[in-house]
Amino acid sequence: MKKIFGILGLLLVVCLVTASLSDSFLSAYNVENVLRRSALFGILSIGVAFVIITGGIDLSLGSVVCLVGCALPWLLTVHHWPLIIALPTVLALALAIGLFHGLLITKLRIQPFIVTLCGLLLYRGIARGFTGDQTVGFGNEFKSLRLLATWKLPFLPGFDLPAPLLFLGVVAIVAAVFLNRTIFGRYLLALGRNPQAATYSGIPTERMTVLAYVVSSGLAGLGGVLFVLDVNSAQPVDFGNFYELYAIAAAVLGGCSLRGGEGSIAGVLVGATLMQVLRNMITLVTTRNNVEFAIIGAVILVGVIADEIARRIAARHRAAQALQNAQA
Amino acid sequence: MSVPLLEARNVLKSFGGVRALKGVSLAVHPGEVLAVIGENGAGKSTLMKILAGVQGPDSGELLVDGKARRIGSVQEALSLGIALIHQELNLAETLDVGANIFLGREPRRFGLIDSARITREAARVLEQVGLAVRPDTLVSDLTIGQQQLVEIAKALSIHARVLIMDEPTSSLSGHEAQNLLRLIGELRAKGVGIVYISHRLGEVHGLADRVEVLRDGENAGHLARTEISHGAMVKLMVGRDLSQFYPHQVHPKGQVALEVCELRTRAHPKQTVNFSIRAGEVVGMAGLVGAGRTEVLEALFGITPPLAGEVLVAGETVKYDSPRGAIKAGLALVPEDRKHDGLVLEMGVRENLSLATLERDQSWGFLGRAKERALCEEMIPAMRIKTPNTEQPVQFLSGGNQQKVVIGKWLATRPKVLLLDEPTRGVDIGAKQEIYRLMEELAASGVAVLFVSSDLEEILGMSDRTLVLHEGRLSGELLRSELSEEAVMQLATGAERKISPTLS
Repeated sequence: MKKIFGILGLLLVVCLVTASLSDSFLSAYNVENVLRRSALFGILSIGVAFVIITGGIDLSLGSVVCLVGCALPWLLTVHHWPLIIALPTVLALALAIGLFHGLLITKLRIQPFIVTLCGLLLYRGIARGFTGDQTVGFGNEFKSLRLLATWKLPFLPGFDLPAPLLFLGVVAIVAAVFLNRTIFGRYLLALGRNPQAATYSGIPTERMTVLAYVVSSGLAGLGGVLFVLDVNSAQPVDFGNFYELYAIAAAVLGGCSLRGGEGSIAGVLVGATLMQVLRNMITLVTTRNNVEFAIIGAVILVGVIADEIARRIAARHRAAQALQNAQA
Repeated sequence: MSVPLLEARNVLKSFGGVRALKGVSLAVHPGEVLAVIGENGAGKSTLMKILAGVQGPDSGELLVDGKARRIGSVQEALSLGIALIHQELNLAETLDVGANIFLGREPRRFGLIDSARITREAARVLEQVGLAVRPDTLVSDLTIGQQQLVEIAKALSIHARVLIMDEPTSSLSGHEAQNLLRLIGELRAKGVGIVYISHRLGEVHGLADRVEVLRDGENAGHLARTEISHGAMVKLMVGRDLSQFYPHQVHPKGQVALEVCELRTRAHPKQTVNFSIRAGEVVGMAGLVGAGRTEVLEALFGITPPLAGEVLVAGETVKYDSPRGAIKAGLALVPEDRKHDGLVLEMGVRENLSLATLERDQSWGFLGRAKERALCEEMIPAMRIKTPNTEQPVQFLSGGNQQKVVIGKWLATRPKVLLLDEPTRGVDIGAKQEIYRLMEELAASGVAVLFVSSDLEEILGMSDRTLVLHEGRLSGELLRSELSEEAVMQLATGAERKISPTLS
């Protein structure tokens, strides 16, 4: 819980700095925009958080975003599939990819890093293959479908809530309840911390691990659909590029430990928002977008270092107290 | 008397909140074997690590040749001529014998490792310890006993004057152990001071010039050569009569709760194991390290499914290939390595206690939080778990309390058969007795208890019946009336004995 206040503080500081440097940061248009981007990335981040909690990693989700984001308009506009078939197909494809990863990792015991790294290469390659590297998009059609991502819920005068935020709300609530209130959530947290002890306690660790990868790829699929509806078209070469890294960074900033077993959905949401505010700050404040990665990298590093230092101070404090108790 | 080679005065050491040593002193003189004995958790290993520079003391003094010294690292200890031979051998298995002997202080020539010199000098010390292997043999190709001799050769190569040996014979065969004891005698004759830690009182009796007894991190007393006897040592170790220490009672035996037929483990595929345990019975399983005891438990619990064999619980054949299945069949296992296999250290007492019963106590997949709380309220006092609250991460509990959490987790599943692997390892004496009490209570309530232990006192004190394994084979079975340290050791080292007719 304490962890989330740290990252929340960091988010607040970045917001204040940006607001003081740029007048347009707090404009309704910009806030809506940041919120929409945060919501889209938040969905991906929650997915990868599940995998990180098991102690694994999912590097493939940017490519899953690309595959799904290209496949949907491709099926609809090039092959004229009915929407009612095309949409479930691409989502099922994403879930199947997760299942495939999960089985390779648990049954064949291939390292998650390798499996999902190959996925990263594979799915983007496939998307580039079937589209012939050409941009696919909806053009002027499917306006009603695009409302899924572009619709706005009137909220305050002059300020609306973007639709992806509603999707994120549902995903986040379900994920948080799952993680904290169900036995399966407890299973995930236990196996992430100590898979051995979890197995010895009768927890179906392999099934739970597979589930985590299915959730990760499934939410990447949902994200892919929303992303492509949002921007209206997808270029297979770079659609979803580096999204896995944004998502992983958001999860880690939000308190997920790459060692596994640690993480909260609320933290991940704050982390995802922080990432997008940082990107927004760079666009608004500087004229040079090319420093984006450097700044994001530096902020994450500072956050992680601060967290580690706080952890060590706490540990030392606890040891001192224990010694005092023992001598009393 | 001569000036001690190595002396410790009033050494204190704490880990977290646990005081492992509360002011211990001892001294070892040239040409003597000082045996240090004591129960698990008495502080022997900690003291040895401090003497050898592995850990620093919180306070107290170390003297070498009568001069106060700071022994801040293993390197410093070695340069003072103090070498520790660990309980768990510390050899690099993928390197050869010579490289291990000179690890970290390789002689160099033109900046490169001087292999010729390593081979030459390694051969010399290997001959001294009577180990007939070439210096270029890989350590992984040696038996445990031979590896032990490599460790000693390594100590000799630095001209160690004080040799600290932590349970050196615990994993050796009878012949290998004899060999080692002979070598220790030779080293003593050369003026080396030897600190010898052992659980095997028979060995201590035959070997030691003096005995220092530790109990609960303090000096409990010492015995001169003429005073050393089995009874005197035990009395100092446990501080009371054994019959009072072990709360063993005979309970009425019920039906056969666990029957194991023709079990073949992966570690010993050529041997089959057969035995049965009745409800209410406490059965000990003894044997040397590597005899296959843990493997039998792990096969029974579905961790490493057996190659063949049948397991019956309460008369019914059960089949499973995971702990999950074993738990459903009514089994529970308190594993040997509780930190690695038994607990999720970062999680709290509550979450650890309920880990094996989450599924049973769920409602539609949601955590049964009221039942979880009720479980804590029941188990924490029943197990006498000392914890500030239910949310305390178990990594901050003492070893004994951690073990009680593991046992509590299994009691919550209401098992028919409870398997325990080294249940009191690394646990202080008070907690140890409470664990014995729990085992007794469980047996009284009709649970069949099977425990593996390397601590012979514990086997002698707690078991209604003892199974002894030797190299994967059940070499014998001893009823309580037939039980003695000698009988167990004989079977454990491979002597034949007719298995008494099973009680079924």
